[in-house]
Amino acid sequence: MASTDQLIICEHCDCVYEKVVLAKHQKTLCVRCGAVLQRYNNLSVEQRLALSFTAAMLWLFANFYPVMSISMKGLKNSATLWDSVLALSQGPITFMAMVAAISIIIAPAFQLVLLIWVLSFALASRRSPGFKLCMRWLETLRPWSMLEVCLLGAMVAVFKLAGMLDVIPGIGLFALAVLSLLLIRIAGHDVRELWDIL
Amino acid sequence: MKRPPTASELNLCLCHSCGLACDMTGEPHQCPRCDAPLHRRKTNSLTRTWAYMFAALAFYVPANLLPVMNTTLLGSGADSTIMSGVLEFWEHGAWDIAVIIFVASIAVPGVKFVALTLLLVTVQRDSHWARKERSKLYRFVELIGYWSMLDVLVVALVAALVKFQALGDIEPRVGILFFGLVVVFTMLSAMSFDPRLIWDNAPDVETEKPRHSTEQVPGHQAV
Repeated sequence: MASTDQLIICEHCDCVYEKVVLAKHQKTLCVRCGAVLQRYNNLSVEQRLALSFTAAMLWLFANFYPVMSISMKGLKNSATLWDSVLALSQGPITFMAMVAAISIIIAPAFQLVLLIWVLSFALASRRSPGFKLCMRWLETLRPWSMLEVCLLGAMVAVFKLAGMLDVIPGIGLFALAVLSLLLIRIAGHDVRELWDIL
Repeated sequence: MKRPPTASELNLCLCHSCGLACDMTGEPHQCPRCDAPLHRRKTNSLTRTWAYMFAALAFYVPANLLPVMNTTLLGSGADSTIMSGVLEFWEHGAWDIAVIIFVASIAVPGVKFVALTLLLVTVQRDSHWARKERSKLYRFVELIGYWSMLDVLVVALVAALVKFQALGDIEPRVGILFFGLVVVFTMLSAMSFDPRLIWDNAPDVETEKPRHSTEQVPGHQAV
């Protein structure tokens, strides 16, 4: 058999196709089950790397600045993402603190570190040390990174508290909003293209 | 229209990590490109999916019955469950927030249980029924997967913020642990399911399937 590099297998029904070159906004669908096979990727390595650095900065902002603060009868309080993880860590529910920490802090951080590492070397058309491991981890981490859920959660929390006290959204919330959208864009399925170009 | 060949017919196997079509002559255990373990089908897919789903189902009950949060305002405390939180928003006229929480926390896990059971049962009965739609259903389950984490994160944030001792204090309660476990286990369950099983007994020739007009053909059955 000729090289299998040019073949693409549908993840959802096992049909085999040949890869095609796509134009902007195009995608290919499996004729049997309708799953997306290929999607046009309009991010170059440079752009993706630049966005990863942006996202890393935003991660710092989202984590070190309060997501929101409240005031009630002269008393003030604010909370960062880490504070909310700590709030879950007391008592019998500690396990949930770990899940929350992974999904809103650790997984996104690892995704960004891995992306920057892999892409920096890709810029010089080289595979980074531990390339295989890094790429596998990027796949594993994706479903557990839930920043967009956290963003919606923060907005719900604003409304929940707005009834009984004053709520002021913080810098962290805005950073979180942009970061969650960026992550969907840069850490998506199409990172796999690095396998083909390196 | 004849469908494209399948990977098993060509003795290929999809690497789930890097997407390479791996040649299976010589039965390699690892993807030659990324070293991830190779499986023609996910290992024990059905058993694992059932097991994770039942675990999630068991946690779903305490998740909805036990309080997820305790609010103390000026000395008087009250526990609230997920449903009572939804109702509270509803009564205060914030129906949009009520709907978001209801959908994310109660409807999404419920839909996932029904959808996964449907997928599992139809695969086990070698059903020929609505394969394409079942594939779609699986993709939908994957997509909505983690949105149920919403309530866990809301409670975490709110509990971290409202810390004014006697004046006002919000604490998470044990319900949130079960609730989070429901989310984690339903995610694991969906990940263990192998959607290719839906197609494994599909006939070679799909009758009349030009790409655009599948819907118009009433009751088409494969020969």
